[in-house]
Amino acid sequence: MTLARTFSLLRQRREKALIAYLTAGFPSLETWISNLKIMEQSGADVLEIGVPFSDPIADGPVIQAASQASLRNGTTLAVILEQLRAVSFQKPLVLMSYLNPLLAMGPDRIFPCLKSAGITGLIVPDLPVEESAAFRRDSKKNGIDLVFLASPASPEQRLRKIAGASAGFVYAVSVKGVTGVREGLPAGIEDFMKALRRVTNKPIAVGFGISTPEQVRRFGNLADGVIIGSHFLQILMNRQNLAAAVRALKQATIPPGSSGRSISDVAVRFSIDRGSPDARADGESPPAVSASGQE
Amino acid sequence: MSQKAGLFPASRPPVQQLNAGQPLQAGGEYTEPATGGFRRLPDRRGYWGRFGGRFVPETVMAALIELEEEYGRARRDPSFHGELSRQLAGFAGRPTPLTFARNLSEKLGGGNIYLKREDLLHTGAHKINNTLGQVLLAVRMGKKRVIAETGAGQHGVATATACALFGLDCDVYMGSEDCRRQKMNVFRMELLGARVIPVESGSRTLKDAINEAMRDWVSHVDSTYYCIGSVVGPHPYPVLVRDFQSVIGKEVRKQMMRIRGRLPDCLVACVGGGSNAMGLFYPMLNDRVRMVGVEAGGRGMGPGEHGATLGLGTPGVLHGAMSYLLQDDGGQVRETHSVSAGLDYPGVGPEHSFLKDSGRVEYATAGDAEAMEAFRLLCRTEGILPALESSHAIAFLAGNAKSFGPDEDIVVCLSGRGDKDLDIVEGLI
Repeated sequence: MTLARTFSLLRQRREKALIAYLTAGFPSLETWISNLKIMEQSGADVLEIGVPFSDPIADGPVIQAASQASLRNGTTLAVILEQLRAVSFQKPLVLMSYLNPLLAMGPDRIFPCLKSAGITGLIVPDLPVEESAAFRRDSKKNGIDLVFLASPASPEQRLRKIAGASAGFVYAVSVKGVTGVREGLPAGIEDFMKALRRVTNKPIAVGFGISTPEQVRRFGNLADGVIIGSHFLQILMNRQNLAAAVRALKQATIPPGSSGRSISDVAVRFSIDRGSPDARADGESPPAVSASGQE
Repeated sequence: MSQKAGLFPASRPPVQQLNAGQPLQAGGEYTEPATGGFRRLPDRRGYWGRFGGRFVPETVMAALIELEEEYGRARRDPSFHGELSRQLAGFAGRPTPLTFARNLSEKLGGGNIYLKREDLLHTGAHKINNTLGQVLLAVRMGKKRVIAETGAGQHGVATATACALFGLDCDVYMGSEDCRRQKMNVFRMELLGARVIPVESGSRTLKDAINEAMRDWVSHVDSTYYCIGSVVGPHPYPVLVRDFQSVIGKEVRKQMMRIRGRLPDCLVACVGGGSNAMGLFYPMLNDRVRMVGVEAGGRGMGPGEHGATLGLGTPGVLHGAMSYLLQDDGGQVRETHSVSAGLDYPGVGPEHSFLKDSGRVEYATAGDAEAMEAFRLLCRTEGILPALESSHAIAFLAGNAKSFGPDEDIVVCLSGRGDKDLDIVEGLI
C-alpha cells in the first residue's frame, strides 16, 4: 500500500496515522523483523525502519544506543534489505537512513535496491532539499516517496520548498532538537503546524519527543499522523510489551466515539476490544520483547 | 623508520606524477578548474567540484544560511578586518616569525628549510587565528553562547580563550578518552571559564565530540554559535576557517619575498581536518609552488590503524560535507589512530579532497614512529619542541630530503608547540 492511500483511508476514517519506528538489527538481527510484524499487527499504520549509522547527529541517546548495539550485531543496509525481501508487509515500509550508508551502496543502486525490498518511502535526515536533486529524480523513477523534514527553525520560504519537494507526507520535526522522549508539547508547535498547513495540502506527520497517548491525541489534532521511535526502543530495552504499547498509542489516534474498526485491522482491533493482554492472543508470533538477542 | 613516508597515487593521476627520490621541480603543470584558478572555489553552493556541500538536519539549515550571509557582510566590512587584525597582532602575537632551520637543513641535506612559527602564537597553536575570527562573528551575530568540539584540546583552549576575551559563555565537547589523555588542556579550558563536557558516545574522541556539538547546536540553534575547529563541516565552515587561517600563507608569501626575493619552492603541512595546511596553501594555490599535505600513518595501513583519510579513504558524507572519508563497505565511519590527537580523525576538509583529485596538492603519510623521530630531531637540531601533529610534516622532510635540490626553499608549517604532548612523548621514549 502506498503512503498516499494509507493517509487517504485514515482521513476517511477520521483517524491519524501511527508511524512506528524501530532501529533495524536491534535488539538482534534475528528478532527485529518479528518486532516489526508485531507493530504492524498491533495497529501501526506505517512502519519506519531505522538504518543504524556510526554518527547519528540528529538522534538522541536512545536511538544512538540502539544504533550502536545494532552495528555491533553486524547490521548493514545490505543485510536489512535482504531480510526485508524475505517477508511481506501489508503496511507501507519507510526507510530512515543517514546519507552515507545509502551512498555506500552506489548512487545508481540505491532506489532499485530499496524498491526490490518492498520499501515505499525514504527519509534522509541529513539530506536537505537543496542537495536532493538526484535523489528526487531517482526516487520518482522508482516509485519511492522521498520524505523531507520540516523544522520549527525553517522560515516560511523553506517550508514551502520542503513541502513542495516532499512525497508521501511531510515530516514535521516538533522541536529544535534531536530525537528522544520529551514531556508535553513544545512551545510554538501550533504556530509551526499552522505555518506548514498554509504552504501544503500534503499529509503532515509530526515526530520527535512523542511517547504518551495524551501527546498522540494533542499532536494528532494538529497533524495527520504521529511518528514514534525512541519510546518503542525503550520498551524493547526494558523488555516491556511492544504490542500493548503500540495498541495503546494507536487507540489514541482514533477519535472518541468512533467504532475504532479499521479495514485491515479488524482482527487485531477485535482482540483489543476483548481486552486481550498481548499479541499471543491474536494467534500471532510470540509477543514483542523477545530481547533474547540482546546480550 | 618503521614505514617510509610516501605518496599515494591520486585517484585521477595528476599531470605531474611525483615520485620520492626523484628531484622535483617547483610547481609543475596542473589542470586548473574551468572557473580559472583554484582560489575561485567553492561555488555558491559550497562545492569544490564534487566535494563540500551542506548535509545537515533541517533545523540548522537556516542558521547556516544566516552565518553565510553574515560572513559575506563581515568579509566586505573594513571594521571587521580592522578588529580582527588588531586582535591577531595585539593579543595572539602575529605576525609569527619564519625561522630558517639551518641545522636541520644541513643535517637532512636537501633544500633550505624554513619553519613558519605558529607554535609561538598565544595558546600555542594556529587554532587561535580561527577562533578569534569566528568569535568576532558570533559577537556580530549577537550570540551569547559559543560551543566547540576539541580533540587534543588546542581548539577548545583557543575557543575558550577568545570567549573569555569577548565575554561569551563557552561549552566545549571533548571525547572522554581525550579528556583523560589531555588532562592539562581540560584544566586550562576550565580556568578560562569554559565548561568541558566529556563525550561518552562512540569512540569517545574528536569525531564523537563533533557529533555531540552538532546535536547541541540543533537543540540551541537560536542562542548558540558553533565554532568549528577545522576546514570541515557544512558550508560555509570550510571557507570561513580557511579564510581565517590564510593569514599563515599570506605572511609566508611576504616573508619569503623579503628574505629570498621569491616564493618558496615547496610548502609542507600536516593534515588532520586540514586547517593549518589550507591556511598555508591557499594564498599560493595559483602560484608555481609545490604543496604537500602529510597525514597520520599511525601504526600501519590496516583499518583503524591510521588517519590517512586522503591516502586510503573513499568519498562519503560525514559532519555535513562530502569529502574523503575512512569508512567500511557499508558506509559506517571507521575509527582511526594516531599518536597525535589532532590528526586522529576519519574525515578531512572538502577542499583538500578537491586538491587531491585535481593533482594540485600531493598527500603523503608519516607514521607514529617517524613523527616521534622527527619530534626528537627538531628538538635537538633547532631547539624547538614541535607539536606531534607538526612533527608529521617534519617527518615527511626527513623521509624525502633527497628529493629536494640544494637550492630549493621549503616552508614547513610548525602548527603548534609540543608542550601539550610531553606526557605522551615521555610515555613513548
